[in-house]
Amino acid sequence: MSVGVDQVAEAMFQLVTETHGKKSLKAMDLTKAMIEKFGAAECDKELCKHAIRQLMDSGRCIYSYLGGSYITLPPDKA
Amino acid sequence: MSEERKKRETPLLDELESGPWPSFVKEIKKSDTPMADDLLGVLERSYEEHIGHWKHGGLVGVMGYGGGVIGRYSDVPQDFPEVAEFHTMRINQPAAWFYTSDALRKITDIWERHGSGLTNMHGSTGDIVLLGCKTEALEPTFAELTSLGFDLGGSGSDMRTPSCCIGQARCEWACYDTMGACYDFTQTYQDELHRPAFPYKYKLKFAGCPNDCVASVARSDMSFIGVWRDDIKVDAEQVKAYAASGKLDIQQDVCDRCPTRCMRWDGASLAIDNANCVKCMHCINAMPKALAPGDDRGAAILIGAKAPIVGGALLGSVLVPFIKMEPPYEEIKELLSRIWDLWAEYGKNRERVGEFIQRLGLGNFLEQIGLEPVPEMITAPRANPYVFYQDTVEEEA
Repeated sequence: MSVGVDQVAEAMFQLVTETHGKKSLKAMDLTKAMIEKFGAAECDKELCKHAIRQLMDSGRCIYSYLGGSYITLPPDKA
Repeated sequence: MSEERKKRETPLLDELESGPWPSFVKEIKKSDTPMADDLLGVLERSYEEHIGHWKHGGLVGVMGYGGGVIGRYSDVPQDFPEVAEFHTMRINQPAAWFYTSDALRKITDIWERHGSGLTNMHGSTGDIVLLGCKTEALEPTFAELTSLGFDLGGSGSDMRTPSCCIGQARCEWACYDTMGACYDFTQTYQDELHRPAFPYKYKLKFAGCPNDCVASVARSDMSFIGVWRDDIKVDAEQVKAYAASGKLDIQQDVCDRCPTRCMRWDGASLAIDNANCVKCMHCINAMPKALAPGDDRGAAILIGAKAPIVGGALLGSVLVPFIKMEPPYEEIKELLSRIWDLWAEYGKNRERVGEFIQRLGLGNFLEQIGLEPVPEMITAPRANPYVFYQDTVEEEA
């Protein structure tokens, strides 16, 4: 795969930013969007899992719980 | 309690201190902190108004994790400021809840420094539940707990903290090493535990025998219940001893209560039709010195149980009638991976896997996860087979 974790994480972050306040995204929503964007040959669920972990560990995104667990921006970055 | 701080009046709650039984009001009062005082205050108001004053969820957690902290807020923070934020922390318990008293003291010391000092040993899922802290206390608490070797458990749409019965550590009926399996699965699925990626919660529980002391058949999306597939072991002399004791009527108390009537007692010897035994454990529980599970032991895997949150309650039903429970559990993990892949992709938000199977149909579900239907896939013993017989199969045959 030529697509790396950083690239997927960045694309996920952009999607979370663009949809913030309009649509709540779950981990699987991001994963499906990335597979569609980069193609199944370049991006799989495992890569997406690592990308989500990177976003969380860096603090760029956080989880929220609103009847289910969603990925969103931290309150001070929203 | 300091002299300056005025205690809240709680006449309704105070009534629950009377009597010889343990009282949660007494225990909360022992905490003797402003937070505990406001907790009693808001509860007293709930007793007066007959409504709860809590809301939960939100954005609280520790860095990198999506589970383990349940945001809890009072909806009357102006009146009870000490519990305006009163978050719950779930701590991953050791398998089968084995602790040293020293470890428990250290955990509770941490909680007294950072939180309300109130705990819940243990929550329904099995975690140590630390009740009530402010948002600012979450990270320091987490840091101290992890330095002690503890970690957060699950919450939200993730794999919840796996739990197990005491298994081979203290029970003669355990058909496999529940604690070893629980520990192994907990370690393997750390990502699924801490970073929610599912439509809703997914619980794994490991019970060593069909007595199911962790209630896995009622409370876990996937339960591993120890069973055997050879014959029940019978000590004929001990059977006679039970009969001679006069304390047990083998016909009435054992044979007549066998759900499949697979036992015969002629007054001198006990015969068991093992092919018709459904491993209910009744006879073994009734005559523990005379009967025991067979030697060819493993587990049955059940799927789909849940408590009645959102939809109605479901009991688990058999997915795999028998499998050897031996590390590294690769076959089971591959099956689990296929189930998670399917459910994560097609499950609706807040749809448990049991509800997902109902919506999809068991036949379709089995086909998608690559599992062959077998007659043991039933909702209750000897009733309601729900693997449907297809005409096309007959035609092809």
